[in-house]
Amino acid sequence: MAAITLIEAVNAAMAYELEHDQDVVLFGEDVGKNGGVFRATDGLQKKYGKERVIDTPLAESMIAGLAVGMAAQGMKPIAEMQFMGFIFPAVDQIFCHAARLRHRTRGRLTQPMVIRAPYGGGIHAPEHHSESTEALFSHIPGLKVVIPSNPSRAYGLMLAAIRDPDPVIFLEPKRVYRIVKHEVEDNGEEYPLEACFVDREGSDITLISWGAMMHETLQAAEKLAAEGIEAEVIDVATVSPIDMDTILESVEKTGRACIIQEAPKSGSIGSEIAAEIAEKGILNLLAPIGRVSGYDTVMPYYRLEKQYMPTVDRILDEVRTIMEYK
Amino acid sequence: MTTTTVASFEIQYHQYLDANGKPTKDIPEFAKDMNTMRELYRDMYKLRVFDAKAYALQRTGKMGTYPASLGQEAIGIGYGDAMVKEDVLIPYYRSTGGLLKHGVTMEEILLYWGGDEAGANYSVAKEDFPICVPIANQIIHASGVAKAIQMRKQKRAVVTEIGEGGTSEGDFYEGVNVAGIWNLGVVFFINNNQWAISVPTDIQTACETYAQKAIAAGVEGIQVDGNDIVAVREVSNYALEKARNGGGPTVIEAITYRLCDHTTADDASRYDDPKVKEQAWKDEPLVRLRKYLEKNKSWSDKDEEAMKEEVAKEVDAAVKAYEAAPKPTPELMFDHLYAELPELTKPQREAAIKRGAK
Repeated sequence: MAAITLIEAVNAAMAYELEHDQDVVLFGEDVGKNGGVFRATDGLQKKYGKERVIDTPLAESMIAGLAVGMAAQGMKPIAEMQFMGFIFPAVDQIFCHAARLRHRTRGRLTQPMVIRAPYGGGIHAPEHHSESTEALFSHIPGLKVVIPSNPSRAYGLMLAAIRDPDPVIFLEPKRVYRIVKHEVEDNGEEYPLEACFVDREGSDITLISWGAMMHETLQAAEKLAAEGIEAEVIDVATVSPIDMDTILESVEKTGRACIIQEAPKSGSIGSEIAAEIAEKGILNLLAPIGRVSGYDTVMPYYRLEKQYMPTVDRILDEVRTIMEYK
Repeated sequence: MTTTTVASFEIQYHQYLDANGKPTKDIPEFAKDMNTMRELYRDMYKLRVFDAKAYALQRTGKMGTYPASLGQEAIGIGYGDAMVKEDVLIPYYRSTGGLLKHGVTMEEILLYWGGDEAGANYSVAKEDFPICVPIANQIIHASGVAKAIQMRKQKRAVVTEIGEGGTSEGDFYEGVNVAGIWNLGVVFFINNNQWAISVPTDIQTACETYAQKAIAAGVEGIQVDGNDIVAVREVSNYALEKARNGGGPTVIEAITYRLCDHTTADDASRYDDPKVKEQAWKDEPLVRLRKYLEKNKSWSDKDEEAMKEEVAKEVDAAVKAYEAAPKPTPELMFDHLYAELPELTKPQREAAIKRGAK
């Protein structure tokens, strides 16, 4: 067992499936010899060959469309989008075909595939490299959208995503690619999709987040504990479809909820979770639901990036407001 | 300035029968077998009758929007005849001929255009895609299917079809390009019927041919008289054999004319030139093949009458089966969305069932 980073965990999970399932094939731009621009596929072409770890021409719609064709033949493609900001040419293929083929053929043709993309801000990247657009994908029936927050979860969820019989959009929070290391046993054990993880138990408020923001959220929870506020912290992990049972159960216990996300506020995953809590658990609430998010603005270029991103302080401010509500 | 030519290209045009059914060069062996040619004539005729019936069903409110293949029958019937069961078809909305030849039933096609996904749950052509509605996406699917076939070392060809307007989309180039790089066994058919709804070909491209779009991807491009079933069948046979045996992809531009509206929702009289259309009727594929058969003493008015009667019965039976097909029930919206319906969606399914079919 070795301590590995989130990106190493992604690599290890893909390697495990390449090793154990001959139908798994990996492709994208620069994923071969170069091992991906973030090194997510480092060493995989050398080990599994050019036939199964394939450098493609530079065309995102083609990458996703190839996955559609290969998956329909029963292969299990893992397709990389180099950055989520470049996924849009592929959206046509993902929304119109990957998400729909099972339904349109009454189950005759299926789409077992993973579309991976690094996403999110905080690394001083060029324009179009920092957005959090997970809500666009979560709106599309037929897709699953999964976001790991730490190395062990990246390993287990990636295994589950590859083995899932339906298309999974796997978004990797690149800001935390190398921020922490976990001891992860490379034993092929997957984590469940469509399941939240309770990362901290508490009785006063439920903090709900996913991806990179889990780190700020957990830090905030520790600071709150020093103030005598015990926060329960939930990592949503699969942001579509959401495991609302776990969230509602927690809110029933704590009576308060705060959702923390990097994405813009309106029409977001946070909006959906808040609506579900209001619809199914409003009578358990002792205070209005709080939300800490990116602003409803264009993701700013990196000089203003820190102004945009939710911080531990912003989370603490929001939680104190909720706790003081009478 | 001294220069060196570093690349050049030629596009070959293939035709065996002229508009009068007269051979323009040596006829390929298969076309000397009059039973084969009679079958192809019957297949094209059946497609024409089926299209007319589908139009009538739409006009009487018994079916939704439908795109016919009038005047373009030789393309789908031609490549479809060259396909074998193990090959895979990635059709678009005007691939009815190819679908019928590859084992998709008339009832399934009617069910599809009648608004029921059951029509894409093909009973015979299990690996064929449902028709692609968004333009040109299917070109890449064909390359993806062919990549899987190549990785599994199978000898199967993939055939896909697109309108000439669709070649203006990026997906067309992306799909053909990767097929060229990876030497994939795909046959890309371009149905150049001169119209993308109302837009003529000179608004789609400055190229002299659509076949030459293959050249930019390093792929063989050929042009064929799309109204000459002998030529379509022959180039299909060549390209499919090449695809099955590791010879790589081929782009085939079939030149024809759309004698019908784009779909039942269109009115071509708003933009079509009646004189051009009148001329196109003289070039259409059925009359040409009939003349060829007659020249070879292999067709008579009696044969024509017998065929008409048989085909009418066949098509009517399909329409009856379509009309008798059970209506889809509300749970079908949910049951094939995922392998397993998400917990969050289950109450919606129950509610839809409770509300019941209307």
